[in-house]
Amino acid sequence: MSSGKKLLLMGRSGSGKSSMRSIIFSNYSAFDTRRLGATIDVEHSNLRFLNNMTLNLWDCGGQDVFMDNFLNNTNDNNNNSSSSNIFKKCEVLIHVFDVESKEVAKDINTFKRVLQNLSKFSPNVKIFILIHKIDLVQSNKRQELFQLMFNNLKNIAYNEYGFKIQGFATSIWDESLYRAWSSIVCSLIPNVEIYEQHLAKLNDIIDAREIILFEKTTFLVISSMDKNKALSGTNHEYSGLNSTSTLDPKRFEKISNIIKTYKQSVNKIRSNFKNLILHGKNSSIYLDILTSNIYIMVIMDNNIGKDENYEVNNESLVLEDIKIARNLFEKIESKPITN
Amino acid sequence: MDSSTAANTSFDVDSNATVLLMGLRRSGKSSICKVVFHNTLPLDTLYLESTTKPTTENFKSLIDLAVIELPGQLNLFEPSLYDYEKLFTSIGALVYVIDSQDEYLSALQNLAVIIKYAVSVNPKIHIEVLIHKIDGLSEDFRLDTQRDIMQRVGDDLLDYGLEGVQISFYLTSIFDHSIYEAFSRIVQKLIYELPALENLLDLLMQYSNFDKVFLFDINSKIYVATDSSPVDIQNYEVCAEFIDVSIDLDGLYECNNQSQQQQQQQQQQQQQQHFVSDTIIDDVNGSNSNNMMDDYDLNKPNKPTKCISRLENGTMLYLHQMIRGLALVAVSRLEDNNETTAISVIDHNVAIFKKSLEKMWENAKFK
Repeated sequence: MSSGKKLLLMGRSGSGKSSMRSIIFSNYSAFDTRRLGATIDVEHSNLRFLNNMTLNLWDCGGQDVFMDNFLNNTNDNNNNSSSSNIFKKCEVLIHVFDVESKEVAKDINTFKRVLQNLSKFSPNVKIFILIHKIDLVQSNKRQELFQLMFNNLKNIAYNEYGFKIQGFATSIWDESLYRAWSSIVCSLIPNVEIYEQHLAKLNDIIDAREIILFEKTTFLVISSMDKNKALSGTNHEYSGLNSTSTLDPKRFEKISNIIKTYKQSVNKIRSNFKNLILHGKNSSIYLDILTSNIYIMVIMDNNIGKDENYEVNNESLVLEDIKIARNLFEKIESKPITN
Repeated sequence: MDSSTAANTSFDVDSNATVLLMGLRRSGKSSICKVVFHNTLPLDTLYLESTTKPTTENFKSLIDLAVIELPGQLNLFEPSLYDYEKLFTSIGALVYVIDSQDEYLSALQNLAVIIKYAVSVNPKIHIEVLIHKIDGLSEDFRLDTQRDIMQRVGDDLLDYGLEGVQISFYLTSIFDHSIYEAFSRIVQKLIYELPALENLLDLLMQYSNFDKVFLFDINSKIYVATDSSPVDIQNYEVCAEFIDVSIDLDGLYECNNQSQQQQQQQQQQQQQQHFVSDTIIDDVNGSNSNNMMDDYDLNKPNKPTKCISRLENGTMLYLHQMIRGLALVAVSRLEDNNETTAISVIDHNVAIFKKSLEKMWENAKFK
């Protein structure tokens, strides 16, 4: 596909690259990843993400043999035809650091050599580092440790190679992994602002507490909109005192996690879910298919004290609105990407 | 196994909803308790300490259930320690846990002695044997083990001259849903109103076009009643996990309504302060108590949590919160043409079911 984007997934052996790939893209549970063996050489996976975007994920085996091979090959191939050069035309590098690693210096050295190659072959690459297996660190020291490692790597990348990098502390045992990958993937979606604009309009009509868009297979968050964000324009930061600031800041990732578990669970009766309507204690949640690649989640406040039929009416109203919005978003999705 | 449990629905009017958990040491009694009633992750039970004292735990569900756990290393018939006669006469069910991955011969001897004693003091006791930790055995071997254990227990009891003692055997593991299934059946036998409940559920199923309907305890995920059609373990799993999905999703957006209210209250307070600055303290107090009242009012006529999910194969999952920490979860197949009316009918039927459940429980025995 023309709009295929190449993602390199690198890091030392056993740092958890294949595990995270399996969880995000192949619907594994964290527990299932115990079964994975070592990756030999490179495992390619082509993942359709949204309608017109393909992610070519190159999961690079982390054992020294392979790493040396990748890194040295490029030097040799400089002279020859370098078709096998894995550092060419990369859009994204995701470098995974094992928080438990005993050979930090070596890891950093590898990282440097990768950067060196990238600066030569794909200077426009976006770089993300994941400090992985953070669950193995005591919870009160995680932030400190992450900052320490990240600042170190950031300085290396910026001072020596001019790359600006983004970093995340991740673990497959909680939501942090979804958060990191959501950010990574969102950075690749070219028309994410358009989604956001239309979402704001939709919210004007529905008056929801929050609307979230999820990608269908991975359930990564594409875009979200809440009342206050809609009012104050499209700023990404949550501004101080508003209705959503009192919510769990990790809720998106938690939703991703919950829904993926649900997906697995309905797989047991050999099916997939179409929608979900929940009238809970304080809010009504509607989860429905928006387009062939996007699920939409609308969270409405429960207006208690209104008449009995309010809930029923409101439900039909929201569902009808989603139906109408469906056409609009399908149009956005089918637009060709202009990068 | 199934037929014996089903036939065993005659109840002693004076029996208590108490389950006594016994078994040799390290057979997995505490782990079972933790996993079923405390939502502990199965892997975390590896780090449990050995239980040294008899422990009693109470769980509020449809019936108020008490689970007494006796440590395995206790020599049962040292008479000075505990009043076993009183204990055994007061319990409704004896659950004996056998570690199937270990040599179980000594466990079986122990079991036979206990059964002999239990039956002698309390002939109406339900005896349940959990053949536990079967996750380590291969599929074929599980049934062999079960047959072997049943055979040996039967022989032992014959040696003691006991015939016709009803014993139910379950293959269980904490790593899948089998332990919940077993406990569901055990608890169901202690519910005096079970036949009436099942009858109600059958009716509900008939009129609402359900494939399967469960009455779940939300916390422990054991089902206290179901309709009379056979239980498909996959349906059970999906329903149990559906509860988790609903509760978790709802929980994410739960807290902030109150905080929003508080914000509003604060704004009101501020406004009031602007107007009548002299009586600030009174106002603050007044609005605080108002706040309390509001909360009370809002929570009291609480609308039950409801959750509906449609699947691609035309199945629908339906959850409706009931009384006493219970939820009704149903699997239903919808006709495409009249979906909305079908759901309205279901809503109506379930509301009526809930009312009858409430009524039934006004006159219930174990409250």
